[in-house]
Amino acid sequence: MGDQVIAGPPVAVAGLRKSFGEQTVLGGIDFQLESGKVTCVLGRSGTGKSVLLRLLIGLETPDAGSIRLEGCDISTASAKELNEARKKVGFLFQQSALYDSMTIEENVAFPLRRHTKLSAAERLDRVHQLLGSVGMDRDLDKMPSEISGGMQKRIGLARALALEPTVVMFDEPTAGLDPITAAEIAKLIVELRDQRHITSIVVTHDLHTVRTIADRLIVLDGGKTLFDGSYQDFSRSEIPFIAQFVKDAA
Amino acid sequence: MPATVIPRPFLRDLRAFGKPLETMVEWVGDLGFFCWRAAKTLFSIPFEGAEFLRQLDAVGAKSLPLACLAGAATGVVLSLQTRDSLMRFGAKSLLPAVIVYSLIKETGPIIASLIVCGRVGAGIGAELGSMRVTEQIDAMEASAVDPYKYLVATRILACIVAMPLLTVATDFVGILMGWVASTLVDPAPLGLFLSHGFKGAEFSDILPATLKTSVFGLIIGAVACFQGMRTRGGTEGVGRSATSSVVLASLLIMLADVMLVRLIIEVF
Repeated sequence: MGDQVIAGPPVAVAGLRKSFGEQTVLGGIDFQLESGKVTCVLGRSGTGKSVLLRLLIGLETPDAGSIRLEGCDISTASAKELNEARKKVGFLFQQSALYDSMTIEENVAFPLRRHTKLSAAERLDRVHQLLGSVGMDRDLDKMPSEISGGMQKRIGLARALALEPTVVMFDEPTAGLDPITAAEIAKLIVELRDQRHITSIVVTHDLHTVRTIADRLIVLDGGKTLFDGSYQDFSRSEIPFIAQFVKDAA
Repeated sequence: MPATVIPRPFLRDLRAFGKPLETMVEWVGDLGFFCWRAAKTLFSIPFEGAEFLRQLDAVGAKSLPLACLAGAATGVVLSLQTRDSLMRFGAKSLLPAVIVYSLIKETGPIIASLIVCGRVGAGIGAELGSMRVTEQIDAMEASAVDPYKYLVATRILACIVAMPLLTVATDFVGILMGWVASTLVDPAPLGLFLSHGFKGAEFSDILPATLKTSVFGLIIGAVACFQGMRTRGGTEGVGRSATSSVVLASLLIMLADVMLVRLIIEVF
């Protein structure tokens, strides 16, 4: 059933369909994420990339198809089983989605307070360790509204990593950031893969970031998978949409 | 001749009336499911004790000055207005009883509820609405925390618990200020005022009228959380949620008051 851990890909999607009213956003998507690799999802705006991530974490319900998240079929799982699977997954939202009534420190401590039995001192140590790992070790008592977008992304990432997930999902992690901060975020994603063997799925438009981090690329168009392969194959692809994408991003 | 021909203008009116009715029924149904979902989480472990106490402070303690101020104003106005009316009928001695009964049975509960509805209802609607549009509620859900349990159930329960306590405070300050206003014109000791005011009063006069505000608390909490959680459309949507929380909860409070007063009269 849902909470059984089955050896296999950390995320497996089969025949995934999702529509909003008359608009079909995903019209049958199939893929499996490779453990310890970074998979980037590209596509035009409105092609359902963010919806795909929301479906993977169970924030949206698919119309058809199955999603297995760390062995749990989330389309049939109970709320408890779904939450157990979610604890193994970190999610970095496009706008970071930090809790604006909590300080930076409280934001990162929130999942630890909810899901671990750490003492207050141990929790604080862990929070400092997490924030240190994303290059944020000061101003911890500030509110999210008092820090920059790049810093918010880092805090969001630290919070996503709090429960030591095996999979991290990134929704436009470099959107709205300057090139230097974007490169720093990309470096952190690579470090997660190389040092912690975390499986990542990154939704982005930023081809420069994709070149730096992607082990594999999935391109969505018209609700279908248009391309699935390496960055090298992607950059050499003769599919008109992809050729145009590469040309315009150059 | 066809027997079931409906005149076109009437049909048009019927359709025009049907759409809002359908929306209203849908809203009530959704609100019912929402409350059921929140109620189920109340009894599941772990209990959100710390968050509940935080909300009780936000709803109860922080509304106390406003509720007392409203009670004071009501007490003074009641005293001034009623004195004049009673004197015309030569029943000035009934003034303490009129103030006490009026405040305890109806004015206190409804004033406290509408004050809390304005302050807390708008606050909850805007807070949850803002959290919804900035994906904070999604973030909570994604980190395996049930927002219905953590955000909704705690707020509704806090409103249910805080309302009777705020009502007692409103009643108390209202009666006290009613005496102050009365004694400035016609000096009388507080003890005498109270003994006249509460003469013949029973628990059945005080308890049901005070406890009915728990239902008003339920309405304020449930409607504000519901409107906040279903917010769409950015900052404009947040504003709409805050406004609609107050308007809908106020209307429902008045409707519930009519029914509860009838019920209290029947039962007690």
